[in-house]
Amino acid sequence: MTSPITHTDVAIIGGGLMGCSAAFFLAQRGLSVALLETDKVGRQASGTNFGNVRRQGRPIFQLPLANRAIRIWRNAREMLGSDVEYLQSGHIRVCFRERPDNIGKMEEYAQQAREEGLELELLSANALRERFPWLGPDVLAGSYSATDGHANPRLAAPAFARAAARLGAQIIEDTQIVHAEKLVEDFHLTAADGRQFRAPILLVTAGAWAGKVAGWFDEGIPLTPRAPTMSVTEPVPYAIAPAVGVMTPDEVETVYFRQVARGNIVLGGSTRAASYPDDYRSYVLPENTMTQFQHLSRLAPALARLNVIRVWSGIEGYTQDALPIMGPSARVPGLFHAFGFSGSGFQIGPGVGETMAELIATGATDIPIAPYAVNRFGG
Amino acid sequence: MGGSDMSGHRVIIIGAGPAGTRAAQTLVRAGLRPIVIDEGRRSGGQIYRRQPDNFTRPYSALYGTEAERARDVHATFDALIPHIDYRADTLVWNVADGHVWASCEGQTQAIPYDALIVCSGATDRLAPVPGWQAAGCYSLGGAQIALKAQGVAVGHRVLFLGTGPLLYLVASQYAKAGADVAAVLDTSALGLRLRAAGKLAAQPDLLWQGLRLTLDLKRRGIPVLTGIRPVEIHGHPHSGVAGITVARGGRTWRFDGDAVAMGWHLRPETQVADLARVPFAFDAATRQWLPVVDDDGRAGNAVYLAGDGARILGARCAEVTGELAAMAALADLGHVADADRRRALLAQKGDYVRFASGLAQAFPWPADMVAQVGDDTIVCRCESVTAATLRASVGAAHAQEANRAKAFSRVGMGRCQGRYCGNAAAEIIAAARAAPIESAGRLRGQAPVKPIPVALRRTDV
Ligand SMILES: Cc1cc2nc3c(=O)[nH]c(=O)nc-3n(C[C@H](O)[C@H](O)[C@H](O)COP(=O)(O)OP(=O)(O)OC[C@H]3O[C@@H](n4cnc5c(N)ncnc54)[C@H](O)[C@@H]3O)c2cc1C
Ligand SMILES: Cc1cc2nc3c(=O)[nH]c(=O)nc-3n(C[C@H](O)[C@H](O)[C@H](O)COP(=O)(O)OP(=O)(O)OC[C@H]3O[C@@H](n4cnc5c(N)ncnc54)[C@H](O)[C@@H]3O)c2cc1C
Repeated sequence: MTSPITHTDVAIIGGGLMGCSAAFFLAQRGLSVALLETDKVGRQASGTNFGNVRRQGRPIFQLPLANRAIRIWRNAREMLGSDVEYLQSGHIRVCFRERPDNIGKMEEYAQQAREEGLELELLSANALRERFPWLGPDVLAGSYSATDGHANPRLAAPAFARAAARLGAQIIEDTQIVHAEKLVEDFHLTAADGRQFRAPILLVTAGAWAGKVAGWFDEGIPLTPRAPTMSVTEPVPYAIAPAVGVMTPDEVETVYFRQVARGNIVLGGSTRAASYPDDYRSYVLPENTMTQFQHLSRLAPALARLNVIRVWSGIEGYTQDALPIMGPSARVPGLFHAFGFSGSGFQIGPGVGETMAELIATGATDIPIAPYAVNRFGG
Repeated sequence: MGGSDMSGHRVIIIGAGPAGTRAAQTLVRAGLRPIVIDEGRRSGGQIYRRQPDNFTRPYSALYGTEAERARDVHATFDALIPHIDYRADTLVWNVADGHVWASCEGQTQAIPYDALIVCSGATDRLAPVPGWQAAGCYSLGGAQIALKAQGVAVGHRVLFLGTGPLLYLVASQYAKAGADVAAVLDTSALGLRLRAAGKLAAQPDLLWQGLRLTLDLKRRGIPVLTGIRPVEIHGHPHSGVAGITVARGGRTWRFDGDAVAMGWHLRPETQVADLARVPFAFDAATRQWLPVVDDDGRAGNAVYLAGDGARILGARCAEVTGELAAMAALADLGHVADADRRRALLAQKGDYVRFASGLAQAFPWPADMVAQVGDDTIVCRCESVTAATLRASVGAAHAQEANRAKAFSRVGMGRCQGRYCGNAAAEIIAAARAAPIESAGRLRGQAPVKPIPVALRRTDV
């Protein structure tokens, strides 16, 4: 028995935050959508990430996209009809004492960011500690963004998917696409169990797996699958509003943390391990947990008194220049990409979905996407 | 330096209970010097837990019918100490890439192994009961530890609720110690015990002990009710337990008390095995997921499991499986195996397996009670997740298995990592979906095995 072929205006491969938010905004624009997901929506990078909704520190040319996203985060509850625990409680980026040259970089960044509508307040060591007394003596200076925050990654993508479904999008889980090709007008997609999906437009939002999908269209992009190191402490009384992160060129120092309303401190960074997309597996290396603890204790010494109750990681695809692939295919008309978010796709996720929907529905967008061109690596 | 034999083989044993003790003894006899790690300050494990140094209660008072075995396990371990690398007070918090991560007093090291024998024992298996978040509700094991280690009771008038041999054992230990036991309330019907008698006869003296315990409790005038359902534990989260109401048929009983000790038999402590990437399979008899091992305890990748950490077969069998696992590790490391000894041990193990299946039949996990628990009842005590919240994650948010339900509802997200709510959550998820329990899966283990301080530092690099 063969099941009927599903025809829609747009097919989406990959149900992370990118795919789910794109499905929502496409449906909002009146297009019919089939979103295909190997497992359950939002379970991979989008469900396991740190949850930073942070604009500062992103490349200046990415701020228009980040600004678009922040507007969506702010309205998420109303728009989606469920809470994604977005807290606009601020974000501080600090630098350590041995890297005083970062102060100049922070100043320069703040100036450029202001032109893009992101206000950053630069704080000296004393001013910082007055406001955030839990920062350690190694912290030299900081840049504070009052209008960034954090959200709950476990809830975000599923909330977009449910809202998309209410607008008529088909959210099709437990469906791994094993092949796709363009025949005449339509993309033909085949699931592992043989089901067929057809659409004149295909959007690839397959995260760390997307290199393989794009490869079916001779647009292979080398993605390195990595696994950032995450931990969470036992809950303690809520006291730390902003999310905090370190600005440094040295990966091992890049720790960050936030306190969730329940009271737990979520911490991340320092180093990333390998991850295994083919097996849908990522592991935390204990040695990375240890360097993370060490550098976190410099950032906020009081946190060293807490106990970590759980560690975890997720599977994320990194490109060579740490920028995503986002925009139309360079080879196949009707094919669009949004993947390879290189460890910083959560904040911009809803903006990516809205931008891709706009691009697909209207053929254009004002958001600068040239830096993310699929053919920028040559080949 | 420890952990190696003359051929340089490094063997690590986690756990110094009866299983770990016999495993260490077997390795030492074969000329190895294993590393034995236990988070306890003293060896002995759970059942043969030793009292603090300054306590002097006799073995007979502490271990009752098991006094001789306790003495033997302790003496064996003490005699092994010069021949092993014993690390007490040391927690194994992770296993990765052929290394055990052990922490002691704020410091941690990665210790490599050629074979890892995990003898991590069991923890209580708990079921949610309305009101069990009140201060004064303890696990049966916790209540027993208070008595064994500290010589104190968890309350003035203690109610015992649950099922399984430990229910009767701890209640009678309390009674003997002079505590006021208000009632013993067993969710299993008496008839089940009669039907399981054939299997239980595989260990006649244990069967006899069990009968004696019940008679002893009755002789003391303690109400013992079987086949009951707990209706509610009365009390308040802060002021504590005031009593309990239970029902059977159309009748209800109320008992007053200021503490409840509850437990539905035991579950293997499998976190370490999980981190060592041992596969798990669903066990229909006990309705839980168990690590997959062969008859000797091999779990693959140079990992071996023994004792209650592999499967609940009891303390006596832990001595058998500890030795078996060590023999398997030795054989795999190229030592000559004693085939006769192995056969004899496997035969003993067979009897304990039969006995354990009798216990599972006589004292079943109350799956229906858990599946139907009221919406207001807290399922996950760490995170205060109610059955209603959990059911909503299945209904409105479409979670189909435990890890997804955890992501949406926070069930199992607290410091016990689902040890105490995982079994119950699976029942509730499966029932809400009208699907078989195995489809609810199991909460995946994540490091650390137990909470570790952010101040923990590596000292081996
Ligand atoms: C541990 C961790 C911490 C992070 N921290 C942050 C942070 O704090 N802030 C931030 O901005 N970003 C962070 N990120 C990055 C962010 O999570 C990702 O960039 C973002 O979630 C990517 O979303 P996505 O939809 O592209 O990918 P994913 O969420 O991985 O979704 C891709 C989906 O595609 C599906 N799929 C793949 N192949 C197929 C196929 N053939 N058929 C059907 N489905 C398929 C997969 O199953 C998967 O569900 C972090 C990432 C990780 C892993
Ligand atoms: C609370 C409780 C009370 C019990 N009371 C009785 C009783 O009265 N009578 C009876 O017949 N049976 C009782 N049992 C069952 C009995 O404990 C077991 O059958 C028996 O102890 C199993 O022996 P074992 O060697 O497998 O494990 P255990 O004796 O439990 O020994 C396991 C050891 O491993 C150590 N360990 C575990 N994980 C780690 C880690 N990650 N790092 C370092 N060390 C670790 C523990 O500290 C412990 O010392 C009880 C079980 C529990 C849980």
